Amino acid sequence: MNGDIFAFEFFRNAVLASLLASIACGITGSYVVVKKVGFISGGIAHTAFGGIGLGYYLGINPLFGVIPFSLGAAIAIGLLSRKAKVAEDTAIAAFWAVGMAVGVILIGLTPGYAPNLFSYLFGNILTVPTGDLWMIAMLDLLIAAVTWLFGKEFLALSFDEEYAEVSGVKTTLFYLLLLCLIALTVVILVRVVGIVLVIALLTIPAAIARVFSRTLGGMMLLATLFSAFFCLTGLWLSYELDLASGATIIILAGAAFLLVHAGRLVISSRRAR
Amino acid sequence: MTREIVRCDRLGVELGGVTVLRDLSFSVDEGDFLAIVGPNGGGKTTLLRVLLGLQKPVEGRVLVFGAVPGRFPEKIGYVPQRLFFDRDFPLGVREAVLMGRMALKTPFQHYNKADRAAADEALGIVGLSALGNRRIGALSGGELQRVLIARALAGKPELLLLDEPTASVDPEMRTSIYDLLDQLKKSITIVLVTHDTGTVSRFVGRVLCLNCSMVMRENPEGAPGGDTARQIYPYTVDLLVHHPHAHDRPESNVKS
Repeated sequence: MNGDIFAFEFFRNAVLASLLASIACGITGSYVVVKKVGFISGGIAHTAFGGIGLGYYLGINPLFGVIPFSLGAAIAIGLLSRKAKVAEDTAIAAFWAVGMAVGVILIGLTPGYAPNLFSYLFGNILTVPTGDLWMIAMLDLLIAAVTWLFGKEFLALSFDEEYAEVSGVKTTLFYLLLLCLIALTVVILVRVVGIVLVIALLTIPAAIARVFSRTLGGMMLLATLFSAFFCLTGLWLSYELDLASGATIIILAGAAFLLVHAGRLVISSRRAR
Repeated sequence: MTREIVRCDRLGVELGGVTVLRDLSFSVDEGDFLAIVGPNGGGKTTLLRVLLGLQKPVEGRVLVFGAVPGRFPEKIGYVPQRLFFDRDFPLGVREAVLMGRMALKTPFQHYNKADRAAADEALGIVGLSALGNRRIGALSGGELQRVLIARALAGKPELLLLDEPTASVDPEMRTSIYDLLDQLKKSITIVLVTHDTGTVSRFVGRVLCLNCSMVMRENPEGAPGGDTARQIYPYTVDLLVHHPHAHDRPESNVKS
């Protein structure tokens, strides 16, 4: 890579955004994978499009619209499935579609052209302003602090929810808190890979890390490293080959995911002989 | 005077509009080893879930340690019938057993040295000290069952509730688990749901027979007889093995 590129603020911001987003991705993504809530995460991410529409409509930073929408979707989907006994996939599907519809209507109502809309859908890490970097760093801190404080509750919830309940853990409350962490991670990742591709970065690095980890903490660390590797390498590839950065990051991660699991299949079939 | 650990008065439970338990009354005193036997669908697991506070009754009154179920989770150790989990879950055996200390901690407290020592001690009790660092997904069915028992013991409970702990293990491991419970009953009150009607008679103090919502018999002699088995099971039953040994039965636990 041409060293001069680091002279540009947009590129330094892109590298910093990759590293900061990877922290949230590694922590929350590990929970997404072990608790098997990838589809909910996709639902929260797509509902957040309503927040982007709201941001455009109100003329504010769309990320400020994403925060309430994704948090609201997380809590609503969680409560509907846990308390109102609505099938989880039904609740997700409803919010997924309604959130997108609200976003489309609000953008349609906004006078003039909606700048950078494509980057919110599919990500453009090269357009992350310094202000957003601070927001991402704060959210990282919040996610890390909540995980540190309630790590044992989240672990019990992910491994054996019934036992957690029997042990006096307010499982619904912690489940909602976990979904809120996912919602905040979605806010962070929207800038990197966009709403449509968020689900891949939330699951793939952690899914690969799980293969090599003996503890959840180790999995989080490894997932953070994998995520940083995919983001930075994807950024470099997109720059060299003139491709969309978000999509390049995801394709790279997807290829690594397939390679690791293909390798695993080969090794286990050799052992079986 | 013996302390009452569990009291159920005219308990009734419905699941999806279907009566699962009805008019069930019994008590468990400190030091008891009670086995609950009966056919599938007889309400055994539901009864345990009520005692754990996971299922609310529609009728009657249940007290566990003198309070509504779920009030004192730190006094109860629970062994589920089986654990459904992802074999790739990144969790060591010792960390799984540490979860048994959860009820003793507040949300902001982390596990400390004493918790780790208690987890190691529990692993020692079930004979799995050497496997503390192994990944939980790498255990055999019998080893996993022992880990679940260790997890229940790690919090040093006063009451141990076990739901068919021998359902998915081989005969050798089954005997080994019963031997372990035989040791534990000296210090912990035990309620055991099981299908091993023949085997349990050698170990338990009392047997509660449940079939489709009613108690058929609370056997004061420590073992279900052939008549009882024929009464509670909805099919023909011949009790082939039944050797209650007087010296195996703890006299202190026998109700008369």
